[in-house]
Amino acid sequence: MLLGPSLAVSAILFAIGVAGVLIRRNAIVVFMCVELMLNAVNLTFVALSEVHGMGGQIMVFFVMTVAAAEAAVGLAIILAIFRHTQSVDLKSLNLLKG
Amino acid sequence: MARFAWLTILLPLLGALANGFLAARRPSAKRLVSLIGPGVLLAAFAVAIGAAIEVAGTEEAIRIQLWTWMPVTERLHIDLALQLDRLSVVLLLVVTGVGSLIHLFSIGYMRSDPGYARYFAYLNLFVAFMLILVLGASLPVSFIGWEGVGLCSYLLIGFWFEVDANSDAGKKAFLANRIGDFGVLVAMFLIWWTLGTLDYAGIDATAAATLPLGGTLATVIALLLFLGCTGKSAQIPLFVWLPDAMAGPTPVSALIHAATMVTAGVFLVVRTGVLFSLAPFAMEIVAITGALTAFFAATIGLRQYDIKKVLAYSTVSQLGYMFLAVGSGAWTAGIFHLVTHAFFKALLFLGAGSVIHAMHHAHHAVGAHDDAQDMRNMGGLRTAMPWTFRLMMIATLAIAGVPGLSGFFSKDEILASAFARGDHSTVYLVAWGLGVAAALMTAYYMARLMAMTFYGTFRGGGEVEGHLHEAPAVMTGPLVVLGGLSLVGGLLNLPAVVGGGQWLEHWLEPVLAPANLLLDPLHLPHGTTEYLLLGGAILIAVVGLTLGFRMTLGRPIPLPADTPAPRGLARLLEGKYFVDEFYQRVIVGPLVWFSKTVLWRGFDQFVIDRIAVAGSARLAQGLGWLGSRLQTGQVALYVSLFAVGAVLVLRALIGG
Repeated sequence: MLLGPSLAVSAILFAIGVAGVLIRRNAIVVFMCVELMLNAVNLTFVALSEVHGMGGQIMVFFVMTVAAAEAAVGLAIILAIFRHTQSVDLKSLNLLKG
Repeated sequence: MARFAWLTILLPLLGALANGFLAARRPSAKRLVSLIGPGVLLAAFAVAIGAAIEVAGTEEAIRIQLWTWMPVTERLHIDLALQLDRLSVVLLLVVTGVGSLIHLFSIGYMRSDPGYARYFAYLNLFVAFMLILVLGASLPVSFIGWEGVGLCSYLLIGFWFEVDANSDAGKKAFLANRIGDFGVLVAMFLIWWTLGTLDYAGIDATAAATLPLGGTLATVIALLLFLGCTGKSAQIPLFVWLPDAMAGPTPVSALIHAATMVTAGVFLVVRTGVLFSLAPFAMEIVAITGALTAFFAATIGLRQYDIKKVLAYSTVSQLGYMFLAVGSGAWTAGIFHLVTHAFFKALLFLGAGSVIHAMHHAHHAVGAHDDAQDMRNMGGLRTAMPWTFRLMMIATLAIAGVPGLSGFFSKDEILASAFARGDHSTVYLVAWGLGVAAALMTAYYMARLMAMTFYGTFRGGGEVEGHLHEAPAVMTGPLVVLGGLSLVGGLLNLPAVVGGGQWLEHWLEPVLAPANLLLDPLHLPHGTTEYLLLGGAILIAVVGLTLGFRMTLGRPIPLPADTPAPRGLARLLEGKYFVDEFYQRVIVGPLVWFSKTVLWRGFDQFVIDRIAVAGSARLAQGLGWLGSRLQTGQVALYVSLFAVGAVLVLRALIGG
């Protein structure tokens, strides 16, 4: 019914998320973009469950759980980094340079 | 008894093991060593006599199959077998007989040496290997012995290895022999390739039918075998090791470097006589090489002062005679001279050993450090050492070719054979001329040696003279036996002209038949020519001896320190024609240069170390550096690469 528009929206959201991850320098914004990508995927799952059954919606719960956990861990890491360097600028975080 | 001929090898081998064990564990057990060392040899000699008696009753070779050694294919099937025939039994008797005497002599000579047990272990081991060489039924079996005696020679030359010069001499001998051994190996491959067998019996049976007479292949095989002989038997161009080999104990020089091992080359030529008979050109090379060696070694012997060096060059020279004989196709004459030479040269070396022993002890007693081997320090020793003097005189007369003694008959037969071969090719006449000249010089340098050592007055100082004494009975005993043999050894093959029956000739006939079949029979001179040759030989011996004594005793002999530096020809002779220096410059020098610059610096240091080892490390490092350029630490870059990768994977999955 609304499958085509839903998938289009989710693709747009996902593309925005990817672009944000690639372009932005602020760790928190990058983090939010990752969340955006996850939610774009969630939308895809929900939309496709129209066609393929309820499995997709169950998967959405899993994703949300993992996303919550990831948010907790990720924010904690960012906080720790900020305490250490007084900055969340990804350009300046290059200690693993080869 | 012939069935047990392997005992003659096993006994010395066990002796070597026992003595080696004692040398490692109980070096002080000298009495036990003196019992085992000569004991096993005497037992082996007894077995050898038994075997010889049995061989005398048959003309066939007795083959003793011990075990199968290399059962590779039908074609390459080598047994470890021994062959007892009339040739090998002659050598068997010489090696065990003369070997026993020299072992006995060593008891006295080496008594105070700390390496007494080690010495007898090596000496026993040598005899075992020598007997493998002599008794082997095929070339590979003999080659075990051939290499083994080389090893023992090396060990015994460097017996007093604390002195660098001695171990260097050992290495030199080993290396010179390796060059020859290469020839023998290649010859063996060629023989197996063409004849399909390496057994002496098989070679005798098939060679004449397979290889054309005078063909290239036969010539190459014969020359390669002869290359081995020049190494082992110290002929030009590989003779340089033998004079240096005198660094070993004197009984070793007597046994290995005079009586037995160095004659192995002559034995090998006779053993493979068929192959040489098929290659007349190789025969000429053998004869002329022998004659040249006899001549040049004799000239060097004229101007040496070290008593052992004189004898060493004399040995090289006499070995040259043997090769002149076998090169002329006079196999019996070669073996005859081999046997008589074993007697009188062993006697000369042991006599010299006795003299050195006395000199050394006299020097030791007064704390002098003069050279105990330099004849300029000796003189007048016949009063102090009458027995050594008398016996060495017998050997001197024998080697000089005084009629009636052993050396006269054997040397004369060689020269007559070479002269007779002169009908075929002038090469043999040249060789004969060189042989005659060498005979004159032999008489001269031996007379010089005797005069400088035993005549005149003692030059080493009165205090030393008082301590000179005759060797103990255990040393003079073997000398007496060898003296007797040197006197009567000529009876082995007495020529017809003095009423002899040429016994050795007939004895060896069955063994030499296949080789003789291919050769034109030797027409030894008869009548006037024969008497002229005989008369000439006697004249040469007498003139040489007289000149030697007269010229040596006619003027004062200076001490080593007072000897003026030699000039002109004398310098050339004293410097041994500078052959060593020539080899050093032409072969050793360039070889060392090549090894150092090309192989070491060029190949090892540059190609292997720099390019291969360091180069591969550099390559890995460079590739790693290239990869590390991607690792910027920028999360954005990682993610974009990840995104690109993900897109590519998706594209592959969907579009596939």
